[in-house]
Amino acid sequence: MWGIDMQKIKSMEMKGITKRFPGVIANKDIDLKVNSGEVFALLGENGAGKTTLMNILYGLYSPDEGNIYINDKKVIIDSPKKALELGIGMVHQHFMLVPSLTVSENIALGSDFESKFRLDLKKISKNIKKLSKDYSLEVEPEKKISELSVGEQQKVEIVKALYHGANFLVLDEPTAALTPQESSQLISWLRTVIKEDMGVIFISHKLNEVMSVSDRVQVLRNGKTYFSAKTKNTNIDELAKNMAGREIKLPKLEAEKTHGDILMELKHIWVKDRRGIDVLKDINLKLREGEILGIAGVSGNGQKDLAEVITGLKKAYKGEIIFGDQNIEKKSVQEIIDLGVGFIPEDRLHMGTIPRFTVKENLILKDYLKNPFSNNYILDQNYIKNYCKTTVEEYDVRCPNINTPTHALSGGNIQKIILSRELKREPDVLVAAYPIRGVDIAAVEYIHSKLLEARENGMAILLITEELEEIMNLSDRIAVIYEGEILRILDNTAASKSKLGTLMAGVVDENK
Amino acid sequence: MDIINLFELISRILIISISVSAPYIFAGIGEMFSQKSGVLNLGVEGIMMVGAFSAFYFTWAYNNVLLGIAVSLIVGAVMGLLMGFVSITLKAKQGISGIGIYMLGWGTAGTLFRLFIGGVESIDKGVENIDLPVLGRIPYLGRIFFSHNILVYAAFLLVPLSWYLLYKTPWGLKVRAVGSTPRAADTMGISVNKIRYQCVIIGSTLAGLAGAYLSIAQANMFTSDLIAGRGFIAVALVYFGRWKPFGVLKGALLFSTANAFQRWFQISGINFPYEVTVILPYLLIIVVLAFSHKGFAEPTALTVPYDREFKG
Repeated sequence: MWGIDMQKIKSMEMKGITKRFPGVIANKDIDLKVNSGEVFALLGENGAGKTTLMNILYGLYSPDEGNIYINDKKVIIDSPKKALELGIGMVHQHFMLVPSLTVSENIALGSDFESKFRLDLKKISKNIKKLSKDYSLEVEPEKKISELSVGEQQKVEIVKALYHGANFLVLDEPTAALTPQESSQLISWLRTVIKEDMGVIFISHKLNEVMSVSDRVQVLRNGKTYFSAKTKNTNIDELAKNMAGREIKLPKLEAEKTHGDILMELKHIWVKDRRGIDVLKDINLKLREGEILGIAGVSGNGQKDLAEVITGLKKAYKGEIIFGDQNIEKKSVQEIIDLGVGFIPEDRLHMGTIPRFTVKENLILKDYLKNPFSNNYILDQNYIKNYCKTTVEEYDVRCPNINTPTHALSGGNIQKIILSRELKREPDVLVAAYPIRGVDIAAVEYIHSKLLEARENGMAILLITEELEEIMNLSDRIAVIYEGEILRILDNTAASKSKLGTLMAGVVDENK
Repeated sequence: MDIINLFELISRILIISISVSAPYIFAGIGEMFSQKSGVLNLGVEGIMMVGAFSAFYFTWAYNNVLLGIAVSLIVGAVMGLLMGFVSITLKAKQGISGIGIYMLGWGTAGTLFRLFIGGVESIDKGVENIDLPVLGRIPYLGRIFFSHNILVYAAFLLVPLSWYLLYKTPWGLKVRAVGSTPRAADTMGISVNKIRYQCVIIGSTLAGLAGAYLSIAQANMFTSDLIAGRGFIAVALVYFGRWKPFGVLKGALLFSTANAFQRWFQISGINFPYEVTVILPYLLIIVVLAFSHKGFAEPTALTVPYDREFKG
C-alpha cells in the first residue's frame, strides 16, 4: 500500500538457513517454499526452531548461512521494515502491540506519514474501517489495545499487517491464546478470505487445526527438517510421531472408579477484584480423593481467582474453604502449602518459577527450609544436588544441567520442573491451571499421564483448562465456569464437546 | 490582616513561585521526554551543574547572555549524547549510568569553576525581566504572570508544545511506542535507539538550560551548590506528573509554590523554627509521590535497554 517496491509475492523460498545461538544450533540447513494461495503449516515441538526461522524471515534475526528468495529473486531482509516493504506480514506469538496506544495509533506506527507535524488519525481510522470491512475482520480503531481481548488483539495484528500491504502472512501459534470459538473463526477465515490471493505460513502445536487449515506441512525437529508432505496425504498420528520422534498416545482416564472422601470443600465463596467487582460468585465445589475435577471455561471468567483463593494468594470476602477439619480461607500461603495444597500456576515462568534461579533452586523452592534439604537453616548442598539430579531424570526435564537458569529452558521443560516439584511433595489437593498451555504434544502426553497417576494414588486435583479435549480426557467431573459462576457440574460420561462449548459461552438450556 | 494585604501577600508568593518554577519545568519536561522513550536519566542534577557553570562563565567572561544560554544548551546536548552512548548503545544499567553522569557533571563543573573563576563572582546583567505590554498592566495578574524574564515564558510555552509533540505528531507516537513496547515499535520499522537518543538529548539539553536559568536568570552567580537537588526533584516531578507535560507543570508549580511560601514564612517574622519550614516542600513531594502511585502511566520499558536478538 505504501512502499514503492511493493509487489505481489508469488513465491517465497528459504534455502539452506542456518542460525546459531551461543551453545545451540537453532536452525540447521532448512529449506522451505511457500506459494501464493496456499496455507503452509510449520510444525515442531518447543525449541524445534520454528520461531527462530520465522524471525529470520521477518528480519529480526540474521541467518548465519542461507538465503531468502521472493519470486525467485534473492532478497536481503535485514530489518522488520524491509520485510514489511517486501509484503511480508507477521503476527507474532506474543503480540507486537503497544497496550497503552489505541488500535489506530498502533497501526499508524509503521506508516509513512504525510506530515511530520501532524498525526492524521482520523484518516487512518477510516482506512482501517474500510480494510476491516473488506476482509471481514471487525476492529474498533478508537479502542485502546489494553481494553481488547486476546482474540480482538489478534484481529488488530492481522489488520495491521494487511494495512501495511502484506500479501504474505506468517502466523506464529495464532490459536495458542484463543478460545475454542475464536480459533475456529480464525481458521475458517483463513480458509476463505486469505487463501484466495495470499501465501500463509501457519505455525501451531495443534494438529487438528493444522489438518483442517493447511495445504502442505513441514515438521522441524531439533532445528532440522524431518518431514514434509501434502496435508491430504498425511494424518495426525504421522505428524505427531515426526514431531516427537516416537509414537504419541494421549492418555485417558477410565471413568469407572469409585471416589473417596471429600478432601476439600469450597462453601459459598465470593471474591472481589481490585475495582470491587465480584469475580467469583457463590462458588461451591467439592474435591474428592482420587478424583480430577475439571473447570471448563473461556479464560478470564474467574479461573485465576478460583485457583488463587484456594492457594491463599487471594482472599474471599465471604465463604469458607474446608480442608481436613479446618477453614483455611484465612490462612497464609505458606500455611496452606504446608497443610498439603499444591499449585501449578497459570503463568509458569513468573509465578511457577523464579526465572533467574537455576533448575536446582526452583526444584526445592517450596521446601528448602525443611529437612532433608536443610539442617538448622543451612542448605545441605549434597543432598539437594542428588535429589535434583534424580528428579530431573525421573521427570525427563531436558536441561544442560541443574545449574542452568530456568528461563533458558523451553515452556514444556519449565512445566515439568513445576510438575515434579508439586507432585513430589505429595499434596492432598493439587490445583493445576492450564498445565499444557503452549507445551508440545510429547510434553502433553507426559503431563497428562503424571496427573492421572497422581489421581490413581488418591490426590484430589482441580484442573483448570479451556482445552475441551484435555478436560474430557482427564476429568471425572466437569464444572463449567462463566462470569465467576459455576453454571453446571457434569459427570464425564454426561459431557460432550458441544454441550461444554455451549455452556462455556454462558448458554444454559433449561430444557435439557 | 486586611484584604488588600492578603492579596499583596498572595501575589508576592505567586510571583516568586512562577519564576522559580521555570528550571523545574525545563528539567522536568526534559526528563519526561527521556523517560517517555524508556531511558531513566538520573544525571539531570549533574547536567544542570555543567549547564549552570557554562552559562555563567560565558556570560561573565564575554558579557553575553545569549552566548551563555547557547553554550549551556550545547553542553547539555553533549552530556545527553554521553548518557545515550552509555545507556543505549552500551546498554549499561540506567540507574548507575545516570549516577555516573551526575558525578561527572558535578566534578567537571566544580573543577572548571575553581580553574577559571576561583572565587565568588557575579554578573550584573543576567536574563532580564520583560513586562509584557498591556498584559503586564493588569492589576495583580499582570505582575504575577506577565512580568518575568523570557525564559519563564519559554518554560510555560514548552508545556503545550511538548504536549503537541507527544500526542499530535508521528514522532510523539513513536516515542510513546518505544518507551512502552520497543519490540513492537521495532517490528513496525521504527529505530528504537534513534528515538531514544533523540529523547535523551532533548532531555539533557533542557536540563542544561534549567541549569543556565539558575545561574544567569535567578542567582546571577555560580557556586558549587547552586543546583541543590533540583535535578533530582525534576526526576521526581516526572513520576508525580504521570509522564504527562501538564502533570509535570502541575508538580513544578505545586513544589515551587510550597517553596515560595516557605521562603515568605522565613522572613515573615513568625516565631517558628525555619528548619522545619525548609523541609516542607520536600516533605510535600514525598507525601504526594507516595499517594500518587496508582494507575499504569509509567512507560513499561523504562530502564530496560533494547536488544533485538535478546532471547529471554
